[in-house]
Formats: sequence, structure tokens, C-alpha cells
Amino acid sequence: MANRRQTTEKSMQAMFFIIATASISILFLIMLFLFKEGLPIFKTVSLKDFIFGKYWYPTSDPADFGIFPLIVASLLVTGVSGVFSIPLGVMTAIYLSEIARPRVSEIVKPVVELLAALPSVVIGFFGMVLVAPFLQRVFDIPTGLNLFNASLMLAFMSIPTICSISEDAIHSVPIALREASVALGATQLQTIVRVVVPASISGISTAVILGLSRAVGETMVVLMVAGGAAMLPQSIFDPVRPMPASIAAEMAEAPVGGEHYYALFATGIVLFIFTMIFNIIADFIAQRYRQVGEASL
Amino acid sequence: MTLFLETNPPEKQRSDKSAAETKAKEKAMSKNDRTFFEGSAAYDRRRKFKQSAFFNLFRAAAAINGMALLTIIYFMVANGWRAISWEFLTQPPMESMTKGGILPCIVGTVCLSFGAILAALPIGIASAIYLNEYARPGKVVRLIRLGINNLAGVPSVVFGLFGLGFFVVILDMGVSIAAGALTLGAMSLPVIIGSTEEALKSVPDTYREASLGLGATKWQTIWRVVLPSALPGILTGAILGISRAAGETAPIMFTGAVFFTPKLPTSIFNEVMALPYHIYVLATAGTEIEKTRHLQYGTAIVLIALVLGMNMLAIFWRARLRKRLK
Repeated sequence: MANRRQTTEKSMQAMFFIIATASISILFLIMLFLFKEGLPIFKTVSLKDFIFGKYWYPTSDPADFGIFPLIVASLLVTGVSGVFSIPLGVMTAIYLSEIARPRVSEIVKPVVELLAALPSVVIGFFGMVLVAPFLQRVFDIPTGLNLFNASLMLAFMSIPTICSISEDAIHSVPIALREASVALGATQLQTIVRVVVPASISGISTAVILGLSRAVGETMVVLMVAGGAAMLPQSIFDPVRPMPASIAAEMAEAPVGGEHYYALFATGIVLFIFTMIFNIIADFIAQRYRQVGEASL
Repeated sequence: MTLFLETNPPEKQRSDKSAAETKAKEKAMSKNDRTFFEGSAAYDRRRKFKQSAFFNLFRAAAAINGMALLTIIYFMVANGWRAISWEFLTQPPMESMTKGGILPCIVGTVCLSFGAILAALPIGIASAIYLNEYARPGKVVRLIRLGINNLAGVPSVVFGLFGLGFFVVILDMGVSIAAGALTLGAMSLPVIIGSTEEALKSVPDTYREASLGLGATKWQTIWRVVLPSALPGILTGAILGISRAAGETAPIMFTGAVFFTPKLPTSIFNEVMALPYHIYVLATAGTEIEKTRHLQYGTAIVLIALVLGMNMLAIFWRARLRKRLK
């Protein structure tokens, strides 16, 4: 009896362990397929020409597979979106956890969550039909579908990520630290700026990196709003073609097993590596500088 | 935005008022802080002013988020509510998608997102059970968590590429509900694991100890005690997972959704139309983009209602659960 129970226990534990490795297996499969379908492109184009090549004309003859403009576009769009999303996200987090009364934050928190829940295609659609004409009129530019518009829309996609993770970090700062600061005569603002934020800076950094990582990988918004020109932009109002947009737009017409198909998977590899680096850095910061008790500042 | 204004805190500690200050100014300054400490003179006044200025800035940041959400929903509803009708919800698109309804898209989205959860929920719950109930801290757990975190960070379009390479081509499912749902399922796995773990963590250890103390094995404890208590939390996570899957476009573009198909799916190996992809198609590649604008808004409203409705349900439910646990 007891023996059978033990066998059941052992096999249950083994089963759960095997299932728990599913995430890693999927991640591994993703990498496997990206490389399997992406690496053949390097038979025709060298790695250096692929990454630093300035021309992306995948359908012309002979085709040019240089994704440098796409990489630059992805980085620029993400960077400019960070200009909006980082201050807004972090300030909202500070407001929610330090300033707002519980009753207010009970309303604001779900609002931020619902903002996160808006489908990306809806935000892209909004940027396309309402923000683009508006920008075109106000700034008197040839097209409203450009780097700036895409960054603005992306910012609102990454704010919820930045806000909720920062808020967790700020929330985990021990109350004793705040009390100590206030007891020394600091105002609440001084306490926030000099004690609470420094104490939670690693969590806030993790939040920012994850938010930016989301912006790099976001597809529908940049597909619909960024304008789609695979050139190096001269100004913030130039249309661009970030990597995810290029993959999503061209995959449908790229024949399976052709050079274009391989090139798009290779672009996927680059994108994957980008977000992977972001995530590993975030994970590293979160582990390395984790707040343990009150003495680790 | 009265939504974000707060009531004033009681002014307990304000006792030593130097008479020189104008009362009105004093009042405006103390409005926004919970006064912990009462200093005196100009220094104190200046830093109070600075504090209220910064607090208003923080408040404005929070308000911008709310305004963004309201603006988006307002414009969608204001421009699209006329498109919503019984016919719109129950008819297929007609005349090369310039008229008619979106029934196939609704059905397709429901199939894809429920399929995704059917695939992801068992795996996600089992993973969370392992991580929360069985695993001991160490390298293996660290690795599994790193895998989950990284999976959560994989861009949606890369999931699409993976689904295309693996499910559609290698497993030969073709562009189908099965391939799309499995791709979406892989994508929502981290969400499910995260929310299930949270639900398991909220079950008090005393429950487990009581069960083990009565002689139950670990598995019996998990199955009869821990899981039933965690079930509402797990279901909340599942609803959030479904809504996430329903709103995604990039992963299904190459794996499950097609431009147009007149008939409703009869098997999981049929291709389908989907709401998010339909919006994208109508707005960027339709035959007459301007003329179908109202259809685009209408589809967007249906998608928003579906996704936000499920989210609000989950948020409301979770809030009630948390209150009960306290």
C-alpha cells in the first residue's frame, strides 16, 4: 500500500517536472526553427553584408538583403518611445504606490491594466486613422505614418509593463526606510526621490528594460503606423520599416524555401537575439540586485 | 479627470502657524502632502511648494494613461457604433468585404483563443505546480524560470515564424485553427504559469500542513486541497490568457488566419478569419479602404468589447478573491 503510494508520488513528481520543462523546450524549438530556416540565407549573403548592408530590396533582381535600415528603425522607434514611456510609466508607478490614496489607486490600476489589454491592432488602427492625419495637419509633413507616430503608439504599449513592474519594486521597499527618512525631517517628495527610488532602482531598471523589449518586438503597431520605407531616416518624421513590420508584411508573399523567406527568418533571428539580450539583462539585474531585507541598500 | 483627484488628508499637525503667511497660500501648499513633519520658515514653504508641484506632475502622468485609454475607446465607439447591428454580427462579409458582417471573424477568433487555452492551460498549470509545490530552489528551477521569462519576451511575430516553420510546414497542419491555436497557446504559456503560480502562492501553507498531517500524500494534498482553493485564481488567469490570445494578430497571420474565407470552420484543420487580422486587412489592404472605414471601426469595437469585457471580468473577480482572502 505504502509502496504503491510512493510510486505514484514519484511518478507524479517526475511528470510535473517533465511538463515544467515545456517552456524551455518551446524556447529551444523556436531557436531551432529560426536558425534552421534563417541560416541558409548566409549561403548567398555574408553575415556582414546582411547586418550592415544599407539596401533592402528583397524582391528585385538581383535582390539586396541588407537589414541595416530595419535594425536602425527598430532601435530608433524603441528609443523614441522610451522618451515617452519611461518617465510616464515610472511616474505613474510612483503616483500609484506612494501618493495616491488606496481608493484612487484602486481605480487607476485597472485602467493601466486595461491599457495593457488593448489589442495591438486596435492601437495601430487608432494611430493610422486618427493620429496620423492629426500629425500631418499639425506639423505639415507629407505623411503622418512615420517614426514619431509609431514611437508614440509603442509608448502606450510599453507603459503598462514599465508601470506595473516598477510599482511592484517600489511597493517592496520596506516601510521602515520611509519612516526613517521622514523622521529625519524629509518631506514626502524628498523621501521618494532620495530613499524610495534609489532603493527600488534595480526593479525600476528591470521594468524599463522589459518595457523597451516589448516595444522592440511589437509588430502590428509598427506594421500599420511606421510608414514602411526601408531607408535610413533623416528626421523623426520620416517613415521607417522596423524589423517586425518587415517580417509580418513580407512573409505572406515570400515563397517557402526561397531566399526572401530565409532572409525574413534571419531577420527574425536578429530580432530574437535583441529581445533575448534585453531579457537576460533584465533577469540579471533582478537577480543580482534583489532587495533582501532592509540592509542591502 | 475628477477620477484621479483625491480627498484632502486631515491636517492634524498644523499647529504652529507663523502669522506672517497668507492663509490661502498655506492652504494650497498643504493640499497635496500628508504632512509628516512640520518645520518652519521659508525653507519649509519652498519644499512644500516643490513637493506639491512634483506630486501634480506624477498625478498628471497617471491621468495621461487614463486619458489615452478613454480617448482610444471614445474615438472607436463614436466612429463605429453605427456599424454595429444584428446583421453585422451574424452575417459573413459580402461583395469583396465592402458590405455585410463579421460572423466568420468572431467564430474564428473564439475558436483560436479557446483552442490556445485548451493547449496552454494543462501545461501551464502543471508547470506552475512543479515550480510552486515540488521544486526546490536550485540551478534547475533557475533555468526553468529563465526559460519562462525569455519565452514571455519573445516577440509575437517570432512566434508567428515559429508556428509557420513548425506547425504549418513540418507538422503539416497547413494554415489552420490547430496551427494558429497552438502558436497562440505557446505564446500565452508564460501568462498562464505566472497567474497560476500566484494563485497557488495565495493558498495558505496551513492548508497543506493540515492535509499532510492527516496522512495524505503530497499529490493527494495538491489534488484535493491546494488545487480546489486555487481554482478561482487559476480561472482568472485563464480568462486573461484567452483575452490576450484573442487580441493578438502577428502570431496568427501566417498560421491560422486568412484574408477571406466564406464558410465557417467545420474541423480544426480549417483555416479561419479572425477579428484582429480582419481589422488589419480592411485597414491596409482592402479593396476600398475609405469606403469600408465604418466596417473597420465596427470590427474594432467588437474586438475591444470582447477583450476588455473579459479583462474587466477577470480584474473584478480577482479583486473579490483578494478581499475574501484578506
